[in-house]
Amino acid sequence: MRGSRSSSPGFVRPCQRCRQASANTKRAWVAGGAGIEGQRGVVQPRGRGALLPAEADIKGARDPDLGQMRPPSLLSLTLDSALLRIAHIADLSNLPDHLVIDLFRRTLSAGKLTEKVLKLFLATGCEEIILAVKLLNIKQPLVPVLPTNKEVDIVIAALQPNLATFFEAWRPFFSRFHIIVVKDPELAEDLQIPSGFDFKVYTKSDIDGLLGATSINFSGHSCRYFGYLISHKKYVISIDDNCLPAKDAGGLTVDAVHQHMVNLKTPATPFFFNTLYDPFRKGADFVRGYPFSLREGVECMLSCGLWLHNADYDPMTHVVKRNQRNTTYVDAVMTVPLGAMMPVSGINVAFNRDVLGPVMFPGLRLRKEGKHRWDTLEDVFNGLCAKVVCDRMGYGVKTGLPYVMRSDAEAGKALESLKEWEGVKVMDDVLPFFQTLKLSKDAVTVEDCVKELASIVRDKLGPQNAIFTKAADAMVEWINLWKSHGAQSALIWSDACYRVSIIVRNTCFHF
Amino acid sequence: MASSHAPQPLLKDELDIVIPTIRSLDFLEMWRPFFQPYHLIIVQDGDPSKTIRVPEGFDYELYNRNDINRILGPRAACISFKDSACRCFGYMVSKKKYIYTIDDDCFVAKDPSGKDINALEQHIKNLLSPSTPFFFNTLYDPYRDGADFVRGYPFSLREGVPTAVSHGLWLNIPDYDAPTQLVKPLERNNRYVDAILTIPKGTLFPMCGMNLAFDRELIGPAMYFGLMGDGQPIGRYDDMWAGWCTKVITDHLGLGVKTGLPYIWHSKASNPFVNLKKEYNGIFWQEELIPFFQSTSLPKEANTVQKCYLELAKQVRAKLGKVDGYFNKLADSMVTWIEAWDQLNPPKGGVATANGALKK
Repeated sequence: MRGSRSSSPGFVRPCQRCRQASANTKRAWVAGGAGIEGQRGVVQPRGRGALLPAEADIKGARDPDLGQMRPPSLLSLTLDSALLRIAHIADLSNLPDHLVIDLFRRTLSAGKLTEKVLKLFLATGCEEIILAVKLLNIKQPLVPVLPTNKEVDIVIAALQPNLATFFEAWRPFFSRFHIIVVKDPELAEDLQIPSGFDFKVYTKSDIDGLLGATSINFSGHSCRYFGYLISHKKYVISIDDNCLPAKDAGGLTVDAVHQHMVNLKTPATPFFFNTLYDPFRKGADFVRGYPFSLREGVECMLSCGLWLHNADYDPMTHVVKRNQRNTTYVDAVMTVPLGAMMPVSGINVAFNRDVLGPVMFPGLRLRKEGKHRWDTLEDVFNGLCAKVVCDRMGYGVKTGLPYVMRSDAEAGKALESLKEWEGVKVMDDVLPFFQTLKLSKDAVTVEDCVKELASIVRDKLGPQNAIFTKAADAMVEWINLWKSHGAQSALIWSDACYRVSIIVRNTCFHF
Repeated sequence: MASSHAPQPLLKDELDIVIPTIRSLDFLEMWRPFFQPYHLIIVQDGDPSKTIRVPEGFDYELYNRNDINRILGPRAACISFKDSACRCFGYMVSKKKYIYTIDDDCFVAKDPSGKDINALEQHIKNLLSPSTPFFFNTLYDPYRDGADFVRGYPFSLREGVPTAVSHGLWLNIPDYDAPTQLVKPLERNNRYVDAILTIPKGTLFPMCGMNLAFDRELIGPAMYFGLMGDGQPIGRYDDMWAGWCTKVITDHLGLGVKTGLPYIWHSKASNPFVNLKKEYNGIFWQEELIPFFQSTSLPKEANTVQKCYLELAKQVRAKLGKVDGYFNKLADSMVTWIEAWDQLNPPKGGVATANGALKK
């Protein structure tokens, strides 16, 4: 029995008769044996044999003394009434177990057990029903996995094992896409991911197996870069596993995936600031004074989204403003101008992997890097490098929409991180470096830029702090990995392979 | 800065509102709750014999063309005629620290909750809080309630720099150029973007003079709105010109420029055919002007706004004179403007140095 029920108000212990009926049912179910299965998702009772004890309640029993039908009890009539409305009931968990079981029997008998109703009964947590479902071999239908988008991969770094809430919330927006889930190599527990998604999980053994010995540390938030590496789609979208879809100012749920794709597929305008923000949005345009020659824009390679509720602050700010939550929904996307540097947050980001992949690396690792976002700067450093490269190559970077709703999970723990937080000083060293950086004319590809950046980082920043020397090493290593796994995986993964997988999935359909 | 639910409005004695007008000032009635405590400087363009009626209860001074000619003498040639560019005379003649300028077809807008927007109050908040031009904060203005600097923002930059300009936006009729107006005559700006942000150093932007506030002491002399209108080959580029010059100088002096809130309600769309004639040259010339401003650099010795501006005038003559003779005239009038400014505003002793620190 569920532990909490004995303290809930209005709890009625089942009467002797009900308990007896319940025990009879169990015996009957067990005795009945053979599964009651019908079409997928709809359970048909094959015969009434398994349900004999209930009939007396439903139909009234012959009173042996009076020799006539006893009328059905008030309870029975109520249950009948509930049965008629079973499709519209949202929650049965307030009912005592014996009534739930009775209702379940009646539902089976009436042939009204649909997938939704089955879920309703299972949600009550009644062990009897769970047992009955098992014994009767009632199968929950698989949520069909539809063919997924060929252009986009979603990469999720799993730093916590229970991803059920996350995936369920994102289901309307993720279900069209292949999802690469990279499990933090330091996470021990198995991941819980609901069905109905086209996903693949990569664990420490996959990372080690594919890459062998590598100087890049893929633990913690850096594990998602492995996902970037082995994806073979043109675009990658990555969202932290403690973020859910946000609602816009009008109360509508934001499709962050769609918004990122819009950002990446419409031009960016880095050479001149448009005061009405993104001129390619509906209802906006370039303002007076915007040179016409600059109105074509350039291709956007990186889309940086934002976060409502728990904003991406450093630990100092988390401690000082522990109750502050970001509630302002700024309805704008804008291009980050040429030459302007910004802190890219990896919490909600999307990019063109074909072009920018070589520069989307986990370079800078703080000495005491931890699992909280404020313990890391890998995304900020990565973003600065990416911006320098985009500026150099004539690509655009956008910031603003979409928002995600970031949960509070980490907010209280910032104080512990303060003592060790190296990031305070690091950014002050890093930023002047990036602002005065000039890449040579010989750097014509993104890979060239990264290699040159790595050597400049090693020469200029390395002497200040050993973590920069390691970062430079990581950048070089990333280019090597990209050559052997990143660029190539698009070739190795043939179209035929992909088609076969679609066919296999399709055969699981029952239309 | 606490918002003024208190009866005492912010900077009541330190801010002038400059309004250019050629027709009427009836729009002030709608602004009365917000503007009445402040002093107005009205610059009357066009026929000086016409009387402009100012609604009762406002404290104002009004200048028409005769006044401008009388006050500036021969230097009056630098002030445009038959163009709202004449408003910059108001900046010159003001004695206050801050200026807010607004067009006479701009009204009070409502925010998404339906409340009237006190645009002036928001501009003052923008000017009184620092800017952050050296690194882009992804949560926009970090000094706003409910916001802050994000992770990765260098701590050494979190003090910010003084804000010289606050550039507001417009709902309803957007500030489009003539070709866009002709192609999209029905487009209205309905999107309320709840953000203020600093325009990064090194980035130019199109500054619109419809809803603009600035710190006159920090940047006033750069706010010359050029030679436009009657007898000039170009119009509707007055604020653009001022904006490009201002941004180059604020970048050089380490000052900040903000854009975004507040919104006003822009009610009147000017005739796009008339606009096209005025802007025609500008559309071609801006292709040369933008690279000019993007590549211009000011010497370290230029440590005041006036010095920067005179240096810019030199470069305009040298590099843009070949685009059109107009730019030689413009360069001359830029010099005249500075002379007129200094004449009306003798230097007090406060000098802004190249790294932005204000020395007294």
